[in-house]
Amino acid sequence: MNFDRIKEKLNILADAAKYDVSCSSSGSKRKNKNKGLGNSDGMGICHSYTPDGRCVSLLKILLTNHCIFDCAYCVTRKSNDIKRAAFKVQEVVDLTINFYRRNYIEGLFLSSGIFKSPDYTMERLIRVAKKLRLEENFNGYIHLKSIPGASDELMHEAGLYADRLSINIEIPTKEGLKLLAPDKERKDFLQPMKKVRNDIVKYQSEKKHFKNSPIFAPAGQSTQMIVGATKETDAEVMYTATYLYKKYNMKRVYYSGYIPISYDNRLPPIGTEVPMLRENRLYQADWLLRFYGFKVEELLHKNHPNLDSDIDPKLSWALRNLHIFPIDVNRADKQLLARVPGLGMKSVYKILHARKYRKLGWEHLEKMGMALNRAKYFMTCASRTFESKDYTPQQIKQRILSEGNSKYQTTLSNQLNLFG
Amino acid sequence: MQTVFVYDGSFIGFLSAVFEVYEYRATNAKIVAEQNYASSFFAENNEVTSNVAKAKRVWKGVLNVGESQDARLIYRGFLSELPDMEKVLLAYIRLLFDARKSIAKNFSEPEIMRLSQINKKIGREKHRMEAFVRFRKTKDQIYFSTISPDFNVLPLLEKHFTKRYADQLWCIYDVSRNYGIYYDLKKPEMVHLDLPTQILNSPESIFSEEELDYQKLWKNYFESTNIAARANRKLHEQHVPKRYWKYLSEKYLLEW
Repeated sequence: MNFDRIKEKLNILADAAKYDVSCSSSGSKRKNKNKGLGNSDGMGICHSYTPDGRCVSLLKILLTNHCIFDCAYCVTRKSNDIKRAAFKVQEVVDLTINFYRRNYIEGLFLSSGIFKSPDYTMERLIRVAKKLRLEENFNGYIHLKSIPGASDELMHEAGLYADRLSINIEIPTKEGLKLLAPDKERKDFLQPMKKVRNDIVKYQSEKKHFKNSPIFAPAGQSTQMIVGATKETDAEVMYTATYLYKKYNMKRVYYSGYIPISYDNRLPPIGTEVPMLRENRLYQADWLLRFYGFKVEELLHKNHPNLDSDIDPKLSWALRNLHIFPIDVNRADKQLLARVPGLGMKSVYKILHARKYRKLGWEHLEKMGMALNRAKYFMTCASRTFESKDYTPQQIKQRILSEGNSKYQTTLSNQLNLFG
Repeated sequence: MQTVFVYDGSFIGFLSAVFEVYEYRATNAKIVAEQNYASSFFAENNEVTSNVAKAKRVWKGVLNVGESQDARLIYRGFLSELPDMEKVLLAYIRLLFDARKSIAKNFSEPEIMRLSQINKKIGREKHRMEAFVRFRKTKDQIYFSTISPDFNVLPLLEKHFTKRYADQLWCIYDVSRNYGIYYDLKKPEMVHLDLPTQILNSPESIFSEEELDYQKLWKNYFESTNIAARANRKLHEQHVPKRYWKYLSEKYLLEW
């Protein structure tokens, strides 16, 4: 292997791939067979973390950053004056295997700029995955990008070798897409997504009848939206996400705060702060939808189009719905417990188990590690003392904010200064 | 007066000690490992001999009365080597035998909560080792890694690495406890090695020619994949505490 040449390519093609935030390596069911290499039937593993605090789980690279498209929000856009490079199929295979054997990574995340045509590009990506599976007997995790506009036949073949397929819709609204990526149409994204969804459903039902039927993209599909590049509201982002979860059975929708990379005047100028707080709130809302039984209409609607920045979306919802509280920790069912601000699902399960043995009071909840500073305003337990019910939402909010220290304190106080 | 049961530090020894605590009907009992034992004037001392039959009876009792979860909490708790570990485990076993059913989820009981917390630490350390083990390939084709985990988690790593690296020779060696696991393409085995200091001082003599090149490539990848505009040092160090950096070539390799 020519290490100097590979190093140069890796520099360029890892740098170009880093804006794709997906890093998950979990959720697959691929077991090691015939004493091959690798196993991905367990939980995902983050093998390292970059200084920006993001996890490194997969070797995330582009096959090439040559691209025929000119999407304004993308570093790899045709009109951008940057160094270009391309890996050979075998080079990617060798890198993946050698990194995997040293326990650096869980597998490969391969994306690409679109060269020549969508099908030509997709076919190259598949060739890497196929080689890893068939020639190297590799059972690690493979995440392939679905190329917008790729044919149904190729998407089907991709699913036979990949654990996960993803296609980034990037811009949450139709109007935004027209503005920033005039060469692309929404249907170019949705068609491959639809094909993969249909095949997953088909293979899963076959699996029920025939134990030996092959697995097809066992870790499902995911997608990503950039937030803060156009003027979309949180409601628009989350309603689009909900649609994708429902209609396309997405395993994950990722939200990526826009990182200014262009002087194009359609976009926020270089130097604009990455909207990390907003991104965090969107993820919190996403979790509430997927694990806590919330409906998107409860969190965001016409009169409340954006999530609060100073408090989390669950607390915000609870303050708007104080009539439901306080609930009794020793009697409330799982769904209600999950709606108490400060209680995560792990705390909920702990309560459900522990209360079988005795009635729980504050001292028990505290020892069990519950975040009572928020939760105490919304529940009662087997103790005589409890927080007065007569606080107004505003009072509760003030009390909670004065007790805690948000990690976004500086961001928040800057914003306040703007208005002050 | 307190009765102290001194055992040899092994899990079998510990279970034998539990057996004797019950045999002597010692109500005020303390179990201590040999290496941590300082004899006290005010206590009665018993030297416990490790006895497989006695240990088995205790373990069977745990499995009969409780569920696999209780057994797992106890075994993993033992691997923590924490100073209050024997006390917590004995309290747990007593509560279990009194309750005559699984108590693994009775979180409002302080000793049970404590064992559950210890287990969380163990689980976290195990997972960290699965993430931070970095194999280096030796000249004789063995993928070799040294670790020194906070707790004795090596026995818990065997399964994960055997499933994953079924087609390569590998060895993970705990340098602080001086034993390791070696996989010979058939099965994993416990080994003791006299690790030459040259592994650390002159790796060229031991590791394959391309080894350093791959480490450099990895570090290079690690740096390229960072987004400077999102720098978040605090989060970074929360995920990768500094004491683990010694394992990670992306962190310790100097500029070249």
